[in-house]
Amino acid sequence: MSLLTAENLSLSFGGVHAVREVSFAIEPGEVFSIIGPNGAGKTTIFNLVSRFYDADAGAMSFDGTDIISVPTHRIAALGIARTFQNTELFEHETVLTNLLIGQHVHRETSLVADFLFLPRARRQELEFRRKVEDVIDLLDLQRYREQPIGGLPYGARKMVEIARALCLSPKLLMLDEPSSGLNPEETEDLSFWIEDIVADLGITVAMVEHDMNLVATVSDRVLAMADGVVLATGDASEIQQHPEVLRAYLGD
Amino acid sequence: MRFVLKTNYGQDVNLFLHGGQRFWYGLLAVVALAAPLGLDTFYLGEFALVYIWAIAGVGLMLLVGYTGLVSLGHAAFLAIGAYSHAVLLEKGVPFFVSVPLATAFCAVVGYIVGLPALRMTGIYLAVATLAFERIAAWVIEHWESVTGGHFGMRVPEAQVFGLPLDTPVTFYYLCLVVLALCLLAAMNLLRSPTGRAFIAVRDSEISAQSMGIDLARTKCSAFAISAGFTGLAGSLFAHKIGYLAPDAFTVQTSIQLLLMVVVGGLGSLHGVIYGAIFLGLLPQVIAFGRDVLPSAIGEIPGLEPGLFGLILVLFLIFEPLGIYGRWVKIRLWFDEFPLYRKATYKRQRSYLRTERVR
Amino acid sequence: MEVLQLLISGVSQGCVYGLIALGFVLIYKATEMVNFAQGDIMMLGAFVAFSLGNLAGLPFVVVFVLTLVIMGALGMALERGLLRPMIGEPPFAVLMLTIGLGFVIRAIAGAIWGNQPRALDSPFAGEIVELGGLIIGYENIAIVVGTALLCALLFLFFRFTRIGIAMQAASQNQLAAFYLGIPVKRVFSLVWGISAAIAAAAGILVAPVSLIDPLMGLVGIKAFAAAIVGGFGSLPGAIVGGLIIGIAEQFVGLYLPAGLSEVSAFVILLAMLFLRPEGIFATLQQKKV
Repeated sequence: MSLLTAENLSLSFGGVHAVREVSFAIEPGEVFSIIGPNGAGKTTIFNLVSRFYDADAGAMSFDGTDIISVPTHRIAALGIARTFQNTELFEHETVLTNLLIGQHVHRETSLVADFLFLPRARRQELEFRRKVEDVIDLLDLQRYREQPIGGLPYGARKMVEIARALCLSPKLLMLDEPSSGLNPEETEDLSFWIEDIVADLGITVAMVEHDMNLVATVSDRVLAMADGVVLATGDASEIQQHPEVLRAYLGD
Repeated sequence: MRFVLKTNYGQDVNLFLHGGQRFWYGLLAVVALAAPLGLDTFYLGEFALVYIWAIAGVGLMLLVGYTGLVSLGHAAFLAIGAYSHAVLLEKGVPFFVSVPLATAFCAVVGYIVGLPALRMTGIYLAVATLAFERIAAWVIEHWESVTGGHFGMRVPEAQVFGLPLDTPVTFYYLCLVVLALCLLAAMNLLRSPTGRAFIAVRDSEISAQSMGIDLARTKCSAFAISAGFTGLAGSLFAHKIGYLAPDAFTVQTSIQLLLMVVVGGLGSLHGVIYGAIFLGLLPQVIAFGRDVLPSAIGEIPGLEPGLFGLILVLFLIFEPLGIYGRWVKIRLWFDEFPLYRKATYKRQRSYLRTERVR
Repeated sequence: MEVLQLLISGVSQGCVYGLIALGFVLIYKATEMVNFAQGDIMMLGAFVAFSLGNLAGLPFVVVFVLTLVIMGALGMALERGLLRPMIGEPPFAVLMLTIGLGFVIRAIAGAIWGNQPRALDSPFAGEIVELGGLIIGYENIAIVVGTALLCALLFLFFRFTRIGIAMQAASQNQLAAFYLGIPVKRVFSLVWGISAAIAAAAGILVAPVSLIDPLMGLVGIKAFAAAIVGGFGSLPGAIVGGLIIGIAEQFVGLYLPAGLSEVSAFVILLAMLFLRPEGIFATLQQKKV
């Protein structure tokens, strides 16, 4: 069974069709990339899955649950984590605090337990910290641990955002242009990390990406879109030669 | 500069990072406890007032400094706490039942006021809370059968553990203990998921949602908790002033509370204490200035709020991190001497990070 | 007949709210800053006019123009001295700053002119016309006509002058406007100047109706409510919001229990924020990711 299925998703903003009758399915354990020229509606699809936008029409289900109208904050608990195009970190806090906030979905204490800091709140804090350290080890973020986000270089911010998403222990990780703003070495590291995330943690990855090298290296399947419609789905080499895709990128 | 060797994660969870902190805070506690031995009753009363401001400040700091929601109406919670406590005492409810009830009532009102916060940000919320404050003041003024309207009401005398509250020493200790408990509760909150959810909402609502944080619940509970603390401060404040009248709680009171957290330093509990001391000290300084300066200056109407405003403006322009921020910088200067770089805390200048999209 | 009479005083009061709200909206639209001291700037404008007219004895027209110029310059100076350093700071900080500024202005006005209410010598004061049984004060007519004139002037300014169009551009996208060579900082100064001048005009117009004293600026809070009711960021909305609140106050005062009219602006505001938080003329949208 597919992990995430979308059928005929449509959304328009004041007459402009951002996304039109888009259907796709993401299988467990794969890396699924969405490519397309600017304004194709790639990020809009992520925003629909994250439930930041309400779809005008269509259906979505994740892991057997209908998610077309669940509240936005419930998405994380279902097992979907994401990053953002221009990074949306908690700017005034340290990397550690950012990652601890990523543990919020695993919270089991009540407000009262937090207020009194009961033994179970302390146990939970220690448990969170252990899980956060696992992620820090995985992504090599030790040296940034105590630093506030505001002073980090852009590449590090990108990685912290991925780390924060991993702290949710998601089933599906959505990366919105993970390589934008990274230098070639960082991009190469990124491709190894994505492979690690899929292979070692068993997390399915969906990715919006412009760097075709990265896409070709890590993707199992690629969905190409332009002007809000799906052009083709297939593996990376198929997509790169698909006539419709070529026309969308290069013009007629 | 002290380097702390950490050997387990529990150290990061504990309230005090190292023995030095434990020593200095312990000393501070001893001094605070011993103060009644050396101070005369006037200063004891002033210190009790500082503690009361600090309790209210903890509440406002959680809301403004940690959740990023601005309230221009916290005087209303102070008033509601004070009036409901006084009314309960009048009905014969014992002190230790009445205070929690007044606190809880404020929290409930705060929760309800927080509801519009779900759909508003920044300035809208600030104005909505201002409107709430005006309306609450109007109700207090016109609900004469309960509040005494314009004439106000006397706060009944109360007893704590058989000791009458109107002795300065008892009242001083009561305020001190309540403040200590409030600080402990706030620190607990901030080192657990609830507090981190507040911070997440402050820094990025979008991100907070994608971390599974329920914006509605978080904002409302922030409002409720904040109002609860302020209401608690209000119930103590009632005993401090002894006689409740509507003009004790005005927009200016709200602004003073905000001034306290801004001047102290937003986003830190230390800031609350500094701000409270500042707020307690300022009227003394002004009174002193009135005596010293020529009467033409000393008797300017509206001098006190004017000075409040001026200090606020100066802090916002020159030291937006507040007194606590200044202290951190000074400490860093000594720690890193002679390598301190002035640019460490330089503000990032940028063109507007706009919240609106066209 | 009574209804009409109320309507007239409501409209004239609403115009005053609308004018102050116009200043809020102008500044907010152009700079995304909120100037809570707008009401106090109005008060200061009224006092300046009082000094020029009553004390220096200048003719009313000269007083009017001179006050607008002085207050406009003051607005620009405030922007340059206090608000410019705050560019890029969180909106909350600016809000607090202008609240503080309001207190300072009030104290300064109290120090210069004292706390007792003053009456401005105005050609409109005291005169009335009777129109089919209605009694209309000249001052009310002056307020309505003055508001209409100012609005028309602003409309023409934004529509047809270069600097007006540059202001619109800056309000839509500061960075893009900056790259296009629009002197964004100077535009900000100018916007503050215009807002202060409008507030001063409101102060002069309202002076015959409500006397001048340092606390008259507190109507700024109600004007603020008007700006939000109209949809913060919409210029026509500011006037409409002002009219709604001005008229509502009159009718609430007559038909509902005593004292309720003083809080009716806030009740309307809260109701509006619950039902339609974007205001009547919605202009703002959500942040994009």
